[in-house]
Amino acid sequence: MAHATHDAKPASQPTRVERAFKDAFIAALVMLGLSVPILALRTEQNMSNEVILIPRPWLVVICCLIVFVGRLLLGLFVFNRAPGAKPLVETPTAVKTAWAKFAPYAAQVGLGAIIAYPLVALYLGGPQGAIKWIDNFGIQILIYIMLGWGLNIVVGLAGLLDLGYVAFYAVGAYSYALIATKVIPATYPDLGVWAFWICLPISGILAAMWGVILGFPVLRLRGDYLAIVTLAFGEIIRLVLINWVDFSGGYAGLSSIPRPSFFGIPFNASETGFAARFGLEFSPIYRTVFLYYVILVLALVTAFVTIRLRRLPVGRAWEALREDEIACRSLGINTVSTKLTAFSTGALFGGFAGAFFAARQGFISPESFVFLESAQILAIVVLGGMGSLFGVVVASIALVGGIEILRELDFLKAIFGASFDPTQYRMLIFGLAMVLMMLWKPRGLISHREPTVFLKERKSISSSLVQEGHG
Amino acid sequence: MSTPLLKVDHLTMRFGGLTAVGDLSFEAQAGQITALIGPNGAGKTTVFNCITGFYKPTEGMITLTQPDGKKLLLERLPGHDINWKGRVARTFQNIRLFGGMTLLENLLVAQHNVLMNASGLSILGIFGAPSYKRAEKEAIELAEYWLEKTGLIARADDAAADLPYGDQRRLEIARAMCTKPLLLCLDEPAAGLNPRESLLLNDLLISICRDHNTSILLIEHDMSVVMQISDHVVVLDYGRKIADGPPEAVKNDPKVIAAYLGVEDDEVEKTEAEIAAIAAQAKGDAR
Ligand SMILES: Nc1ncnc2c1ncn2[C@@H]1O[C@H](COP(=O)(O)OP(=O)(O)OP(=O)(O)O)[C@@H](O)[C@H]1O
Ligand SMILES: [Mg+2]
Repeated sequence: MAHATHDAKPASQPTRVERAFKDAFIAALVMLGLSVPILALRTEQNMSNEVILIPRPWLVVICCLIVFVGRLLLGLFVFNRAPGAKPLVETPTAVKTAWAKFAPYAAQVGLGAIIAYPLVALYLGGPQGAIKWIDNFGIQILIYIMLGWGLNIVVGLAGLLDLGYVAFYAVGAYSYALIATKVIPATYPDLGVWAFWICLPISGILAAMWGVILGFPVLRLRGDYLAIVTLAFGEIIRLVLINWVDFSGGYAGLSSIPRPSFFGIPFNASETGFAARFGLEFSPIYRTVFLYYVILVLALVTAFVTIRLRRLPVGRAWEALREDEIACRSLGINTVSTKLTAFSTGALFGGFAGAFFAARQGFISPESFVFLESAQILAIVVLGGMGSLFGVVVASIALVGGIEILRELDFLKAIFGASFDPTQYRMLIFGLAMVLMMLWKPRGLISHREPTVFLKERKSISSSLVQEGHG
Repeated sequence: MSTPLLKVDHLTMRFGGLTAVGDLSFEAQAGQITALIGPNGAGKTTVFNCITGFYKPTEGMITLTQPDGKKLLLERLPGHDINWKGRVARTFQNIRLFGGMTLLENLLVAQHNVLMNASGLSILGIFGAPSYKRAEKEAIELAEYWLEKTGLIARADDAAADLPYGDQRRLEIARAMCTKPLLLCLDEPAAGLNPRESLLLNDLLISICRDHNTSILLIEHDMSVVMQISDHVVVLDYGRKIADGPPEAVKNDPKVIAAYLGVEDDEVEKTEAEIAAIAAQAKGDAR
């Protein structure tokens, strides 16, 4: 309807406005047809248990009007635009110039804000109020930033579409949980307080090993096939965790996982606990703040390594692989091992994040490692702009923080009823965000690529020139 | 004559029932430009793909003799080792650059293996070891040299996809040369170039051959290029060799004339005139 074919006789063609009205009218008719059986009558039981029908004509009228106006606006402003026309939503120039001024300092300002965040939250919210803001917002967002940065190596740099990234997150989490609850108490119980610090590298390495084991057969595939197989792998790991009850506790998961210590000093109310040692009153806030800085450091390590690797031959080879795999091979690059390094480096950071997640929660179950997690992490990478570290930060704050904010908005409950749970609309919101982004910035928030070296002048490269990779 | 740099013996490549290359044997001497010519679909690119490891030949042997006398059987090497160990580089008929990367980056990717070893498989590199910094500096110098030589230095920091067509072709050659090859295989490097660019290309190729100890295997449709710069010409038709020799001899070979140069110049003009007339008539009919 909307994409009317161009006739050979332009004179008799209806104008755009006419077409839009006609189109909107038809859409409204369709809505009428749909809404009469669905919305027009409401069934209820009266006192004597009889079904009565309550007619709701106004609802039908309102729905049809909404569809009519919406479709009309779409028809006028979105569809049937001349080819090569300006993008529908243009960034205003004022925003652009302000951004240009701010951009060089964005990283420093952002980093400063992130470091100061828990202190500001403490100052504003007090020890009780701050926990929620540091834990639900700060730590949660930082976990996703770290996962986004890890996946960014695989998807953004190497161009390998990995839909099962959460598998490595799970491997990291279960590695930590199993070693800390089963292996360490059985072998070196004295090391219990150090469990997190010992297991963190082990979890990462185990996840990276899984990356290699999985990557070896899988990375021969390209594009859609790679995506499907990684998706399947993610599910397989989860199903194994559910069904191998002796090993992983099945649906019940693993609990009483040791929490991280302050480099050997546990966060508890005992004599030797953190608060007592430093002469403070015991409060759970110390651990939360400490966890925040732990994940912050882990995330920064991820960023640092990514930035460094990008400027090394291996990072350039990843990007070259994304651009043209055949040319890479003709230049003597071993494409299989290069892909494997990308895959396992991504997995390594996923494993670190997983270990942290297990330590922070104290309890894990397969529920935490469903496909939706992979999708969410991928959404963060794509929305942020493939390959851009800064974009991932912005996208994580917007998506993860946005959902948490929704939870806080109590007036939504007043509108939609007390049982309204905004987090259930997470996917709807993701979808909307994606659609809007694709209209506004099809290549993600940060849609240019920074070269890794330069002779005279660093010029950023428009994403329209950069390939997305075919796996 | 000394042992040839590249020796192709009884090379056959079949795709299902189609024999793209049949029992082809030829040699490319060190220090020479060898041209591989033939009509469209004759199997030239397929020969390149066999030599550079993109296809595994159905039959035959491809021997490369290193300067130290060591012989490598290219068809047995994995694809990427042909460039790294065998030191054979190539360009592609449909240009394959890393479009979203700068020219300089393109040339650094070409030096991947050297840099990778210098960076201690990235581990030294991550910590910014001086040995890696030195290697990177040398790599950038080599890249600069080739950018200078191909006249692209002014655009070193631009995206490769932003270059005009002729420049992209030269960048691809520069990129291949950054791997310091013994044998450079060029698939139609003059295609789509204007006459001036084509002349510059001739000079570049001659210089590569003379000054850099790199022999060239060249596929080309443009006969003026072939006749001017090649030392030796191999002619393919339907996957089989029909002539092999110095350019003048090949030019006058009746078999070659029949298969490939068969149409004389004035005949081409005649045919073109006919086509133009038919097209004009067709337009007239449409009105
Ligand atoms: N991968 C393939 N699978 C099947 N057939 C192929 C394949 N590659 C090439 N061929 C066929 O082999 C024959 C030779 O092709 P080739 O590309 O080598 O010709 P060419 O001499 O390079 O031609 P041109 O001058 O047009 O580049 C053609 O008939 C082609 O269709
Ligand atoms: Mg060809």
